[in-house]
Amino acid sequence: MHINNDKKISLKQWVRSGDPFIWINAAAVSISVVAVVGLLLLLTVRGFGHFWPADVMEAKYTLPNSEGYTVAGELVETESVPLEQLLSAGFEIDSGAAFIDRMLLKQGNRDVNGADFAWVIDDYLSEKRYPSQLMTIERREWGNFYGYLQTIKQNDAVMSSADLWMDFQQRIERALLLYAKIEEIEKGNVGSINYQLERLRLSERGLALDDNVSSAARAVKMLEIESERTQYQQVYSSLQKDLASLYQQIGRDSFIAVTMDGTAVEIKFAAVVRAYQANAMGVAQKSLLYLEKFWEFLSDEPREANTEGGIFPAIFGTVMMVILMSIMVTPFGVVAAVYLREYAKQGLMTRIVRIAVNNLAGVPSIVYGVFGLGFFIYFLGSEIDEVLFSAALPAPTFGTPGLLWASLTLALLTLPVVIVATEEGLSRIPKALREGSLALGATKAETLWRVVIPMASPAMMTGLILAVARAAGEVAPLMLVGVVKLAPSLPVNGDYPYIHLDQKFMHLGFHIYDVGFQSPNVEAARPLVYATALLLVVIIALLNFSAVALRNRLREKYKALDM
Amino acid sequence: MKTHAIDLGSIGRSQQNLDIGAEDISLSVRNLNLYYEGKKQALYDVSLEIPKQRVTAFIGPSGCGKSTLLRCFNRMNDLVDGCEIEGGIFLDDENIYQKGVDAPSLRRRIGMVFQKPNPFPKTIYENVAYGLRIQGVNKKRVLDEAVEKSLRQAALWDEVKDRLHDSALGMSGGQQQRLVIARTIAIEPEVLLLDEPASALDPISTLKIEELIYELKSKYTIVIVTHNMQQAARVSDYTAFLYMGKLIEFDTTDTLFTNPRLKQTEDYITGRYG
Repeated sequence: MHINNDKKISLKQWVRSGDPFIWINAAAVSISVVAVVGLLLLLTVRGFGHFWPADVMEAKYTLPNSEGYTVAGELVETESVPLEQLLSAGFEIDSGAAFIDRMLLKQGNRDVNGADFAWVIDDYLSEKRYPSQLMTIERREWGNFYGYLQTIKQNDAVMSSADLWMDFQQRIERALLLYAKIEEIEKGNVGSINYQLERLRLSERGLALDDNVSSAARAVKMLEIESERTQYQQVYSSLQKDLASLYQQIGRDSFIAVTMDGTAVEIKFAAVVRAYQANAMGVAQKSLLYLEKFWEFLSDEPREANTEGGIFPAIFGTVMMVILMSIMVTPFGVVAAVYLREYAKQGLMTRIVRIAVNNLAGVPSIVYGVFGLGFFIYFLGSEIDEVLFSAALPAPTFGTPGLLWASLTLALLTLPVVIVATEEGLSRIPKALREGSLALGATKAETLWRVVIPMASPAMMTGLILAVARAAGEVAPLMLVGVVKLAPSLPVNGDYPYIHLDQKFMHLGFHIYDVGFQSPNVEAARPLVYATALLLVVIIALLNFSAVALRNRLREKYKALDM
Repeated sequence: MKTHAIDLGSIGRSQQNLDIGAEDISLSVRNLNLYYEGKKQALYDVSLEIPKQRVTAFIGPSGCGKSTLLRCFNRMNDLVDGCEIEGGIFLDDENIYQKGVDAPSLRRRIGMVFQKPNPFPKTIYENVAYGLRIQGVNKKRVLDEAVEKSLRQAALWDEVKDRLHDSALGMSGGQQQRLVIARTIAIEPEVLLLDEPASALDPISTLKIEELIYELKSKYTIVIVTHNMQQAARVSDYTAFLYMGKLIEFDTTDTLFTNPRLKQTEDYITGRYG
């Protein structure tokens, strides 16, 4: 027998040694890691590059047999395409190369050119330059504008100024401040008054429908409502006056800018979000602007069919829904698991229930959506409306998709996970500890509350973590039970009862779908899809990490399971 | 000539002349039969009397029913599915298996310590205060006093007084077992049931527990299950020998170990089978 034989190892020996298995394991792990890292990298690069204030190129574009013209824009991407493809698309090309480079230019000026993006063939671009005067203007409507600033007008009179660009920036600043004021009044105050007026209308109607009120009492109430209403209307008309003056002030200034093809365009300062000369900016300035734009993405509302602006309402809606879902599913799942494990007589019945619960976890999520729509909204919701919100009928309050029903549907969807995890945790509590508590004169319920459930709490957190991970990424059922493309207001605001469970809300997952597939401006939307996707991943990770941190603290506290 | 197989230690027994007839009786077992699920009988017609403020040991080979009998005293067997009991156990002339007897209140009068130390994953203080908190005692002063008193009785106070609010799980096995005893006597039961309390401990911890049993005897009626005959001889006043679910012999420890009536008992204590 050779114990130490380095010379030759037969294949059989090698397999028996276990080495190939280790290699396969290592390969599987590496592939998983590479896949995850690659996914995140792709999302980051494609998504977050979008906010970088890119240089704007200006060049002469001369196609064969036609007169040249000037193009300008941000270079989005370059690709090589077969000549055939371009020829069949109707391009006249005199090159003999098999592959032609073409570039996607974000040329903006949709109001002038008709399209934000254009493909140009690299070979026909000449005189490429990056003029420092060329400015990028982000507008509230019509997308970006690229061009040269010509004159500034105030009340339609041309202003002369020593430093045109400085004056321009100051006027933008002023307009932004005014715009913020207008926003505050329209969204905040006027919205609140509308809400109150609607509330008054409903209580008036409720009074009319209520037969148990004497006519005298009704008249008194009506008077009260009427006086309240006049109050609100007075406030409203004064707000209207403020608004009118603000609109007049913001409309005072405008400027004239010239596009590449020489068209002069007059733009109101009220329509400008920001303006910058990317070519004249250094890296530090650009970085600052990058952060500003990124913050806008996180904190602002979307504009232009969700292709510009931020996604704050979607972030808020996602987190809000997940929290509500957690609040609903945890107690429910824990109570069910405690009953199944601690109180129910173990036998055929509990086995059937367990199988049913486990199978529920495998039901496709859209089916839950259909159930939520059919049961929660059409059945429960309309019942609630008839009993509690009859004054608002026929307009539904809870009989229509909304935050409450979406959270409830997802709670139902994730219930099996919580039940299974909690049961697992309960079954791992040593019998010795239960007996110890019982032997001290505790009842079964006291033992449960004081010993068993605290010790099983890390397992419950595990269930909740799994539930959150699943619920936050779920989109399909939400489309049926409460998510919308654009919600007019957040589900939480300053009007009583502060949390509006009946409102529809925005959700990152649905936002991705909407921006990516329903957008009228595909090219503009694409980077946002990546950025939003990465943000969704980050938010789910954050929700999970906080739950994991909580679980680790609980584990530390109740680490007695190794008994 | 009887064989003296056991060296009778000197810790436990102060009174050498014990007579069951002259004792106050704490618990009396009358014609107890116990069946587990599927009519498997575990105890056969057991009758015996546990004297007050004495240590009574149950000995016998594994599976003889000594633990089962012990767990009848505080109705721990109620938790076992399909367990049925005939006959009765009387605590101060009241049958604890009568209808209407509340098991939790019974267990406050008859405390139990298990084979393995089972402190709760709480602080030392909260472990001892647990039974009192269950009874609704929440005044800090009362709890402080009770905790100190119980820990002193369990000879643990000096070792833990500076870390009362540390986790009980950081203690050694022997300390944990004494903590569990302290936790049990904090609710001032009348009877202490000890189910092989030292079997999971090292010799020094075992000695401490045995000394503790001797100390506690003046206040509590103690019933101890042990598979260690030296221990039974050292700590107990009375000993019951069980075999295959039947009570074979019950007598003072002296008599049982030095002069057993039955050959079967003698064979067991001299180690001829077991």
